[in-house]
Amino acid sequence: MVNAKRYLRLLGVQLKASGLLALQYRADFLAEGLTSLAWTFTALAPLFVVFGARPTIEGWTFQESLLVVGWFTLLQGVLEGAISPSLTGMVEHIRKGTLDFVLLKPADAQFLVSTQRFLPWRAVNVLSGVALFVYAFMSLGRWPSVPGILASLVLLGTSMLILYSLWILVVSAAFFVVKVDNLTYLFTSIFDAARWPSSVFRGTLSWVFTFIIPLALMTTFPALALLGRLPWTWLVGAVVGAVAFASIARRVWLLSIRHYTSASS
Amino acid sequence: MSLRTSLRALPTLLRIGFSEAVAYRAEMVVWVLATTMPLIMLALWSAVARGGDVGRFGQAEFTGYFLAAFCVRQLTSSWVAWMLSYEVKQGTLAMRLLRPISPLLSYATEVLAGIPLRVAVVLPVLGISVWAVGGRAVPASLGGWGLFALGITGGWLITFYLNVMLGALSLYLESSQKLMEIYMVLFFVCSGYMFPVEFFPPGLRAVMDALPFRYQMGLPVELMTGAHAPAEAWGLLAKQWAWVAGLGVGATLLWRRGLARFAAFGG
Repeated sequence: MVNAKRYLRLLGVQLKASGLLALQYRADFLAEGLTSLAWTFTALAPLFVVFGARPTIEGWTFQESLLVVGWFTLLQGVLEGAISPSLTGMVEHIRKGTLDFVLLKPADAQFLVSTQRFLPWRAVNVLSGVALFVYAFMSLGRWPSVPGILASLVLLGTSMLILYSLWILVVSAAFFVVKVDNLTYLFTSIFDAARWPSSVFRGTLSWVFTFIIPLALMTTFPALALLGRLPWTWLVGAVVGAVAFASIARRVWLLSIRHYTSASS
Repeated sequence: MSLRTSLRALPTLLRIGFSEAVAYRAEMVVWVLATTMPLIMLALWSAVARGGDVGRFGQAEFTGYFLAAFCVRQLTSSWVAWMLSYEVKQGTLAMRLLRPISPLLSYATEVLAGIPLRVAVVLPVLGISVWAVGGRAVPASLGGWGLFALGITGGWLITFYLNVMLGALSLYLESSQKLMEIYMVLFFVCSGYMFPVEFFPPGLRAVMDALPFRYQMGLPVELMTGAHAPAEAWGLLAKQWAWVAGLGVGATLLWRRGLARFAAFGG
């Protein structure tokens, strides 16, 4: 309990540092807003083209797919605001050998590296995502039910857990292949596949995206939950799956850190 | 740095670049994995095609198109913008400037030297494409291969020059990172990377034909899958090479003028 309190306080300190830094670069808010709009546009453009050709794809209409894109955009905000910045820092640490300083500190290394940097302005994407939800439901002509919203909030939690675990797995790779400036890029491009309803993927890909890289859980499930079409068993499955995934990621991280030899040894 | 000395240095530079590419092959594997978007798009469009053809595209055409897009991306990709802006920020550009060879040429050889390894990735994918789609996946005649070679060379040059321009902008601005993101967005949407350019509505198509992005990716892919009759292909290639020339001049000017502003730390 004491430990949890201490870590919460540490998190507060790290958040405050990043927040102050962000306040120094206030103009970034505008720049982030513009790039967020641009990326939302990239996510939407193929959607317009695809649904220009067909009214429904694999049982998804345009408005329903907008919800998936909305979740994608929202999670992108979480990813770029809270997860990727630390990843970039971590890769730098490994390459320069400064990770030793982190490992020496009297707190869990995974906690320290994953909270080292936040970019609050990137959270603009979260707003874009919410705007997409509102628009989608307005053109559907109905609103989500309360249990649906609650379920989707639970799924938001599990999605963030999965994203974070994926990130830990990618970072663990950095211990083995050192020159990987492009890990962030790899990470976002894996995540890119999540912008489509998972039912478009068939065969091996569908299996990979549900069980190996659980993208379906991250965007399609919450969208289904908002639509009130997500069976309860799937919700439970998602929670159990996310927790299992996170524990595997933690195991891999501990293994990799044992593999780490600092720059001088 | 006369042309002759530059040419004499070229084989060595290419050899060094190739050894570097081999040494950091893990990095290249990461890049290849990171550029699998065409495969994702293939899955999506296949789902669309299950409900019937879209324009001239059925399941097989989509397979051919997106596998070709994957190959073209591997062969034409360029990361000079990132390299340049990184070196400007770190001040290590000064080291490059000391060498008796144009930095632009040394960047170009670094990118070119990676191509043999990338060909090793592309060939199996091409094989799969031919196996899945048949002869239509690749140009049918020697002339077709010639057109494709011209198209992909033009695509490579446009990508390289755009990268140089974006990178050179970091000599003017504090950071061109945001502009690079905008460039990526435009490239993804307008180049034919996510869907064939012909799927744009007619008005937008004319805009796409005027912009350079379509000539980076869409044109080489279309030439590979034999989408154009020779006469039409030559017309598009002419537009592509006009962009190559224009961007080449633009990139050189921007680079030269930017360099005059460059002051490394401690320099």
